[in-house]
Amino acid sequence: MSATPASLRDEFPLLAATPQLHYLDSAATSQIHRMALDAVVRHETTRRANVSRGTYRLAEAADLAYEQARQTAARFLNATSADEVIFTSGATASLNLVAHAFGGTLKAGDRVVISLAEHHSNFVPWQMLRERTGIELALIPVTTSGQLDLTSLPELIDSKCRLVAVTQCSNVTGAWTDVATLVAAARKVGAKVLLDGAQAVQHGPQDVRALGIDFYAFSGHKCFGPGGVGVLWGRGELLAAMPPFLAGGGMISEVTPQATTWATPPQRFEAGTPPIAQAVGLAAALEWMMSLDWPQIHAREARLCERLIEGLLRIPGLRLLGPEAQEARAPIVSFEIPGLHPHDICQVLDAHQLALRGGHHCAQPLLAALGAEVCTRASIALYNDEADIAALLDGLGFVLRELA
Amino acid sequence: MNDSNALYQDAIKQFAQAAHGHGQLAAATGEAKLDNPLCGDRVRMQVEVASGHIAAVAHETKGCLLCRAAASAIGARAVGQDEAAIESVATALENMLKNETPVPAGWPELSMFEPARAYPSRHRCVLLPFRALLAALTESRR
Ligand SMILES: Cc1ncc(COP(=O)(O)O)c(C=O)c1O
Repeated sequence: MSATPASLRDEFPLLAATPQLHYLDSAATSQIHRMALDAVVRHETTRRANVSRGTYRLAEAADLAYEQARQTAARFLNATSADEVIFTSGATASLNLVAHAFGGTLKAGDRVVISLAEHHSNFVPWQMLRERTGIELALIPVTTSGQLDLTSLPELIDSKCRLVAVTQCSNVTGAWTDVATLVAAARKVGAKVLLDGAQAVQHGPQDVRALGIDFYAFSGHKCFGPGGVGVLWGRGELLAAMPPFLAGGGMISEVTPQATTWATPPQRFEAGTPPIAQAVGLAAALEWMMSLDWPQIHAREARLCERLIEGLLRIPGLRLLGPEAQEARAPIVSFEIPGLHPHDICQVLDAHQLALRGGHHCAQPLLAALGAEVCTRASIALYNDEADIAALLDGLGFVLRELA
Repeated sequence: MNDSNALYQDAIKQFAQAAHGHGQLAAATGEAKLDNPLCGDRVRMQVEVASGHIAAVAHETKGCLLCRAAASAIGARAVGQDEAAIESVATALENMLKNETPVPAGWPELSMFEPARAYPSRHRCVLLPFRALLAALTESRR
């Protein structure tokens, strides 16, 4: 069960093929695990057919593989039933699905509460819903360290509030959300809770029942799976009460020239041909993740994160964004260096084989709240090791010499 | 391996640092604010046009070295030119970056951006101040 850093790196074909690369941008996209890639190829070369449509044996095999992937995703989330798992094209699609379908059950004056720490994907769909239906959109503010400021909850989460939709972990600061407190506040007034798990899933399997939430969204490409696939999990009774989002093949019960009745979930929310091989590849990645020793991985990620922060704080003037307490953050470290633009920093780092992202990270409201416009971000995943951190700290030394 | 040395030549750093034309105009006839959504580069460009020619130009630029150096080059060189001349420099600069054509005539310092040819995602940083200048000139005509 236990695994060493080197062996994990070797399990990722791109990292194995480029030993000199220090990949520190897993918060944007993680590398794909060999088993996920192999599963995609195996599916496409042995079971490729459309699903829920054909009766020949190849189509039956495709169906089976796709529905098994759904079951794997349900286990990864500890969902009650695989029928609560909807495959989408990614977290963004999952969030838009909720904003339209659950949003379709809301009326003018109902309140949706999000936070200033949201990725634009969990910000803009709610602004658009406000434009369409006249809901009230309220924002949980953030503290100076980027954590949700829960002192505002009594005003925001009252009887008008129907949904609290927040990130589980910030893609900029790494700050973990205090989900238990939010869920307790929402339960008191009968509001539902959606978690954007896009950043959380690469740090281990989730338990949606223990979290006590109602919706969970994530992307496959951020948890060592293929791109083009994501998941929306929703409580069965909520999904059953929601109208569809997209319309098309596969999501109907009956279509007559007069009217159409919807299929039951999850098919109701999977209009058109779904990303079949991608779902199968994602399931392989999730299966692999479920076999890992997560306490050991978390300890290692935290050690690397701590070492990185120590090194960063030795750089004169550098400003670290995010919580100080190590246990309050995922291994995502964003920083500003006065006078140096993240684009220039990342460009010089690239020449030293370091892949980092600089910019606003699709979280402009959060950066504005933190008094920054742009920042440089290093994100650590289970295949990173001491050499990556040392290379980054050395690389920043080059940056300072070269750009000053 | 360390090929970013080539990108960050002294000329770029010097132009960015000098920030020619940084500031605001009291009597601007046109103004434009443009940003690059990818990285947050932001340029506010003001022009004062008299008899069809740029009499004064000023900008406030927040961004990377490439963007700031390009804005500074405008600050140093744009006064006295007309809109057609600026348009042809902007087009020539874009061509220089994308199609390896020569440095825009009359603006030899723009050769400092030649190494940026290798980095397509950075072309927008270089071009943003020129786009802002053209937008400010258009505004000035209204
Ligand atoms: C917190 C968070 N939410 C949502 C998303 C959107 O994910 P995707 O682009 O895969 O749909 C991201 C991606 O960066 C994210 O970090």
